[in-house]
Amino acid sequence: MSFYPYTDNGGSALAIAGEDYCLLASDTRQSGEDYKIHAGYVPKAFKLTDSCVYAGVGFSADGVALVKRVRQSIEWYRHAHEKTMSTPALAQMIATVLYSKRFFPYYVGTILGGLDENGRGVVYSFDPVGSFEAELHKAVGSGAELIQPFLDNQVNLKFLPEVERTPLPLDVALQIAKDAFTSAAERDTKTGDYLEIFIIDREGVNVERFDLKRD
Amino acid sequence: MDHFPNYWGMPPQESFDRYNIFQDKTKNNAISDPTTNTKQPIVTGTSVIAFKYKDASFGSLARYREVERLYPVGEYTVLASSGDFSDFQYVKHTLDKIMTKEYYTNDGHILGTPHIYEYLSQVMYHRRSKLNPLWNAFVVGGYHNGEGYLGYVNLLGTTFQASTITTGIGMYMASPLLRKAVEGHEDTLTEAEAVDLVEQVMRVLYYRDSQSINRYQRAKITAQGVEISPLLSAPTDWSIGKDLRGYQ
Repeated sequence: MSFYPYTDNGGSALAIAGEDYCLLASDTRQSGEDYKIHAGYVPKAFKLTDSCVYAGVGFSADGVALVKRVRQSIEWYRHAHEKTMSTPALAQMIATVLYSKRFFPYYVGTILGGLDENGRGVVYSFDPVGSFEAELHKAVGSGAELIQPFLDNQVNLKFLPEVERTPLPLDVALQIAKDAFTSAAERDTKTGDYLEIFIIDREGVNVERFDLKRD
Repeated sequence: MDHFPNYWGMPPQESFDRYNIFQDKTKNNAISDPTTNTKQPIVTGTSVIAFKYKDASFGSLARYREVERLYPVGEYTVLASSGDFSDFQYVKHTLDKIMTKEYYTNDGHILGTPHIYEYLSQVMYHRRSKLNPLWNAFVVGGYHNGEGYLGYVNLLGTTFQASTITTGIGMYMASPLLRKAVEGHEDTLTEAEAVDLVEQVMRVLYYRDSQSINRYQRAKITAQGVEISPLLSAPTDWSIGKDLRGYQ
């Protein structure tokens, strides 16, 4: 018997970048090994700045430790430069933090949703060792295989006949996020209980709670 | 007594030739062998259960014979442990040390339940990150700023807070019972109902957890402080045993 320092606490998160907003949603279930559910409300998405929200799924203890470190760095940056870190800068910084543990990684799937310096919605997604990419929509976590193709179809209008592309309104994005998670909670045992939806726009960050399947 | 520090930690002289430069490398040697960390727990304790109710937070646990696994830390906090007992003793010692240190700084601040929980969580995560874990699942229960507080942390540093918490086999068997009785009723559940619930759940665990013994302690934490009960046992009924068929 040897000690394995990781576990999978499940959970899913998605983010959609709009013209002048960004939406990030994550379920709040924390699962244990086998079919255990530790608790129904253990948030894994956190507001980092007035224009940026983070979600980390996978090994919850690493996710919590990562947010702690990132928040510390954001504060130091503010003291050093007398300004809040921009979302793209934050994305690069998180990548560096993740890579700094390349040989004992934070076992976390990370997404960052927010506004860039021009006030446009951006989504960054990271792998556990820090490789990252800017995207328009992304799903991570135990339900990602179920949610991602749904987003490809509904947000990016993939697999459809040629249609005119118009910017996605916020209310539609919100409904897509709720539908995506309602369906994912139906099929993925590690996703459920509640959905926490962060809406980031020029006004700041707003949070909305939505009920998911609790069984 | 061997006064030469070089020889301390070495096997006894009769089984170890100090002057032989071709030592038997297969034998354990505390000096030349690489450091090894805990790979499995030795003396262990089974489930802990805890839940919140009207103006209190309530912890309870099964015992391993006469070994107490509930421990008060400060005035409004109880630490409950399942898992390795020696690691639990180490944690008790560590927490007592910081409580004493904080007491003597005498700055008007005392460590409340959330602070103790945060500290313990960081210690647990740090030890798992050194691949030298404290082999426990802890429940920290207490009363802070007018409300009950319950937190869980285990050997991986995984943490969560909830109105019902269980550990060990209790996570499979006691959780559903507690959630059904407690969730949504945290502000109305009375103490008498809470006591009954603990007894009912401990009985279920005793019936089904082969590692358990029908002895448990119950801690109650309110604004008045910590109260840890003497040894309790749940009444059991084995009379259906004679009607069971198919196990011989």
